[in-house]
Amino acid sequence: MAKVPVQFTLNGSEKAEFIDSGTTLLNALRDKVGDTSPKGGCHQGTCGACSVIIDGELRLSCLTLAETCNGTTITTTSGLSESGVLHPLQRAFLDTFATQCGFCTPGMIMAAKVLLDHTPNPSRDEVVEALSGNICRCTGYEPIIQAVLTAARANSQNAA
Amino acid sequence: MELRKNYFADVRKDDLHEIGQPRPRSDSPGHVTGKTAFFADRNFPGMLHLKMVRSPHHHARIRSINTSEAVKYPGVVKVLTAKDVPHNVYTILILIQIGPEDETVLADGKVRWKGEAVVAVLAETERAAQEAAAKVKVDYEVLPAVFDMEEALKPGAPLVNEYHGQNYYLYDSGECRKVRFGDVEAGFAGADHILEQSYQSSPIEHAPTETTGCVVAPEGNDRFTCYTNTQAMFFTLDNASIILQMPGSKLHFVGGTVGGGFGGKVDVIVEPIAILGAKLTGRPVSFIYSREEEMQISSPRAAEKVVIKDGVMKDGRIVARKVTGYTDAGAYSRHSPYGAQKGAGHYPGPYTIPNVWIDTYCVYTNRTPSSAMRGFGVTIGDFALEVQMDKLARLIGMDPLEFRFINAYRDGDMKAHRQPTEGAALIECMQEASRAANWPVAEKYMAMSSYKNGA
Ligand code: FES
Ligand code: FES
Repeated sequence: MAKVPVQFTLNGSEKAEFIDSGTTLLNALRDKVGDTSPKGGCHQGTCGACSVIIDGELRLSCLTLAETCNGTTITTTSGLSESGVLHPLQRAFLDTFATQCGFCTPGMIMAAKVLLDHTPNPSRDEVVEALSGNICRCTGYEPIIQAVLTAARANSQNAA
Repeated sequence: MELRKNYFADVRKDDLHEIGQPRPRSDSPGHVTGKTAFFADRNFPGMLHLKMVRSPHHHARIRSINTSEAVKYPGVVKVLTAKDVPHNVYTILILIQIGPEDETVLADGKVRWKGEAVVAVLAETERAAQEAAAKVKVDYEVLPAVFDMEEALKPGAPLVNEYHGQNYYLYDSGECRKVRFGDVEAGFAGADHILEQSYQSSPIEHAPTETTGCVVAPEGNDRFTCYTNTQAMFFTLDNASIILQMPGSKLHFVGGTVGGGFGGKVDVIVEPIAILGAKLTGRPVSFIYSREEEMQISSPRAAEKVVIKDGVMKDGRIVARKVTGYTDAGAYSRHSPYGAQKGAGHYPGPYTIPNVWIDTYCVYTNRTPSSAMRGFGVTIGDFALEVQMDKLARLIGMDPLEFRFINAYRDGDMKAHRQPTEGAALIECMQEASRAANWPVAEKYMAMSSYKNGA
């Protein structure tokens, strides 16, 4: 199978890999780069567990070919905390008990981050809308919604 | 959370340091930082991928299996059939003496449900394993199948599972689990009203966000480490040991991180065959259900049918209850004989009924084997029982909650399976519920207590 080179910035550090043409970004990140924080729940674009941020946009890494990511900047949940300090979203997910099995959590946090980056003070409906592509089978969603609203409040307090 | 300390104040210990105190969960920091290691997050150099060839038929005899093309397929390392499995016929609950062994790891001579595993293909890549699996040729003679529990129980129905010899599980009490208490016919004869209803449910899929699977790494010295998302670690270890005919000391299971299970990950399906693959190739093996397999192949909650006949008096007392329950095990037992048995213990409900007669059947059909799911064996039963309670209340023109107060068991009451009630708090729960739901009940019910002499 043809190998193609791909280079991108992942959570602030440069990555360069040769991958089989046709490899999904999800598999490239997990198997080649060694970042297993994006999870594969369905590999068909329906569960959101594999969500990552590419150049500021929320993307499903299971439906993104790694070779199309040349020159991009990619953020995953494992890159959110800085020198051991949790990102406000991570703190809020922890404090409001928004994780149970934790499998959907990295994808949820990515979806929430894109929302808060664009809409720092979202309404509850906006939170629900933003998370609607991410399936959680454990929490019943309410603690997750509360976590995102809590993080938004923490943000606005920091800004004030 | 508010702790109500006024209930059972005289028997309550008040020097508790843990209950009622919030405690951080030890696993959440890993979850929110993406550091939690799920089984599929382990990647080993040279890891093989396992894919199953599955039965396209509900019920068929296997005339022949031809793996010659699959074996030659580029990237294929090993192809496994029934004869490669040391102890191919097993049943999960054999460890607690619930037999007979009735299920094959890889189908041998016959398939009994659509999706049953027939041949395992191990290859360098997932794609090669998938493509090679499609090259396996299985010659089937399709047999008549049965999908309905009542049809399966009729004389002359196609026999689903020869290891049982009939289409129901044979308990030591006979063809069903039984509860007998008082004289149910006399109870009906003396009742003011009789209501008989039947309730039924479809299978329900757990759909955990992480699909079922495991990753096995050979450790040398004929020892294997199996990273798995099983919910039943010791059933899995012990069954793998039986199936592989290997002492448990050679098997090291690492689990505890489950990406959602809800009971769907208590069967022992992926681990033994993956370990066998690792043993026969000397290489790490990954066997992960695709989302499609998770939805189609993993055991659902059983379909159930419950027929409830109650005799009730005008004053609200239930005087007789007769229940026949049917649990659709699908083609193999897995946890279903236990589920059906739980139903037998549960159908009297949390109510004091002097005359009770219960039969619960675990029935075999050519459907996907069902197994555990969140209170299996009692959840559908509770739905049926409580709908029945509402119907009974309506029948005698009584408030449904007040009707339950009249029948709720209280301390000292003898239950139908002859366990005296102890430490009941049902009355108190209903009183709280009526307040919380703003559902007023007469003062005399609010004055009741689960203590028999309380009111
Ligand atoms: S794994 Fe990408 S959406 Fe489910
Ligand atoms: S916490 Fe388990 S899927 Fe969301």
